[in-house]
Amino acid sequence: MSIEAVKPPSPGLDTAGQAPVITDAGNTSARTALHLDAVDKFYGDPANPAVHAVKSFSMEVAEGEIVALLGSSGCGKTSTLRMIAGFETVSRGEIKLAGRRIDELRPAKRNVAMAFEGYSLYPPLTVRDNIAFALKAAKLEQGEVDRKVDHIADLLEIETILGKYPSSLSGGQQQRASLARALIRKADLYLLDEPMSQLEPQLRSVLRGRIKSYLIEHGLTSVFVTHDQTEANALADRIAVMEDGVLQQIASPAELKDRPANLFVATFIGEPPMNVFPARLADDNGHLHVVVEGEGAAAGFTLDLGEVSRPAGSRLTGGAAVHLGVRPHSVSLGRGGNKGLLVSNQWLGDQTHVVIEAAGQTMVAVSYGRVDEQVGAEITFSLSPQAIHLFAQDDGRALLHGTEAVG
Amino acid sequence: MNHTSTAERIIRGLLLTLVLLFFLFPIFWIFLMSFQTNEDILRIPPSLFFTPTLENYVALISGRLSTVAGDLDIAFMRNLWNSVLLSSLSVGVALILGVPAAYAFARFKFRLGENIAFTLLSFRFAPPLLVLLPLSLYFSELGLSDTYLGLVWVYQLIALPLILWIVRGYFEDISPDIENAYRIDGHSWAKTFRKIAIPLARPGIAAASLLAFIFCWNNFVFALVLASADKQPVTVGALAFVTASGIQYGQVAAAIVLSVTPTLLLALYAQRYLVEGLSLGAVKG
Repeated sequence: MSIEAVKPPSPGLDTAGQAPVITDAGNTSARTALHLDAVDKFYGDPANPAVHAVKSFSMEVAEGEIVALLGSSGCGKTSTLRMIAGFETVSRGEIKLAGRRIDELRPAKRNVAMAFEGYSLYPPLTVRDNIAFALKAAKLEQGEVDRKVDHIADLLEIETILGKYPSSLSGGQQQRASLARALIRKADLYLLDEPMSQLEPQLRSVLRGRIKSYLIEHGLTSVFVTHDQTEANALADRIAVMEDGVLQQIASPAELKDRPANLFVATFIGEPPMNVFPARLADDNGHLHVVVEGEGAAAGFTLDLGEVSRPAGSRLTGGAAVHLGVRPHSVSLGRGGNKGLLVSNQWLGDQTHVVIEAAGQTMVAVSYGRVDEQVGAEITFSLSPQAIHLFAQDDGRALLHGTEAVG
Repeated sequence: MNHTSTAERIIRGLLLTLVLLFFLFPIFWIFLMSFQTNEDILRIPPSLFFTPTLENYVALISGRLSTVAGDLDIAFMRNLWNSVLLSSLSVGVALILGVPAAYAFARFKFRLGENIAFTLLSFRFAPPLLVLLPLSLYFSELGLSDTYLGLVWVYQLIALPLILWIVRGYFEDISPDIENAYRIDGHSWAKTFRKIAIPLARPGIAAASLLAFIFCWNNFVFALVLASADKQPVTVGALAFVTASGIQYGQVAAAIVLSVTPTLLLALYAQRYLVEGLSLGAVKG
């Protein structure tokens, strides 16, 4: 199936109402494989939980879709995965897989395969027997088992360790063996817990591509957990960004970058992170400006929003307190009327990262050439009103995405 | 090889010899005594040269103890059998109860879990004399005194905490994801426990069982108070050698050799597990 076909409709901006969470709930087509409906996870006393790890998490995953759960450690992504697998109970809410409710079923009955991050291979068996375990239990013919194991081992580059025992393997090898053991099975859903966290960077990028092709080729639905944006971007059709147990946004990698639903997603996604300035809107006879106040000796600056198309129902009004977000790549150096102090200038071989102090804030800019100014010198920069993001200061919700910021 | 290391080697060898002498000499001497008559044993000065006799062993095995004052019946072989029976049954029951409990304590957090586990452990350091009087009253009330059932029950105070705490440490050492991987492959919780958790914890279970067996074997005071002659283990039965006409050192020595042999053989055989199992249990428990 084509991946494009399962992408969700574009999320609305502030017209969407209260929830910054954007899901494709309501898409109840037959192709929905996994459905989490307002799932909560508490640890400790239910009446007065010590930890509220996952808060009202809802998402739908279409058949054949690859979804990443992305977030920093402790954000609830692993708890969510383990609830789907059945290793953690669901405190509240429902999980449906392939049309049946699974949150009350024990793991064995869910028809889910899982690859683990850490030690999960059965020590008394060789890697080959570990991988083949489920196939043998399913009474597959020996030749067929061998063929499948060899194929998947070849894919993950673990042919040479098939005869070894788990205790003699490196972390990365164990991870790949665990991954192979999961992928070789037939299941309704494949859960991958940090599947490549212990691999060397080079191998990681090679395997990412292969795993993605394998998943697409076999039409496998999968949900994987990662804290690595690059991995999420490379593997996933859609990324669910989590923070503090709350799903912040679920969208395609491009959508997340161009139209972050809130300030958290905006600053979390992208490298180097988005620059954020506290600002306010000024209404000059129907002409909106973003005003960034200077601080002390540092001068502020103003951006004219006149040309920027605003979504219908937008609540952008003069006087509103906002956060101005500008991606480092959207800062043009050496022209325009804004002045700042160059704090650091690093040539990384193919691009330059500079840190500028402007309006009393530090701002990172990326340039694809060398920047000649010395550290300590004054530098001019400009921000295109078309390349900015605006977020409400109170709840961080996205108010506006400049058209150049998109795409 | 330089001088210091040679000196070191000599000193180390000397110290080792001293330690070995200190610990092994009594055993060696008892072994010799078991082949001597009472007269040989009490001779001054003691001598390594004597005419070995199997008389002591014959007396023990036949159950007739000859003293100057006349023949006495002793139930040594029966005591030995009681020891084997009581210790094995107690360890068996403790395994059936303790291993699943240890797994539960290792894997699941539940209300009062730690308190229950600790209470069970505290049985190990409570002095038995503290509970003996009430126990003997209860036992005679319940008809449990002088029964194997009663003794095995009381022996759980010794065996169960050991099994529970050592095996628990072992289960905690097993990555839960090994079990999770098996469960998600379509196997039930009970089958995962049987097929994955128990086999992986086997060295720990073996070490704990061995230790519990030795502790049960060595117990004296429970059986002394709660059982009569025909249910008593060797530890209590050995009292019979203190007779009206003096202590029968030869038979005592032979009895010691016979009663120590089973546990000694077991311990030698399972030494490896014992060290490994105990150190792991100690770290994780």
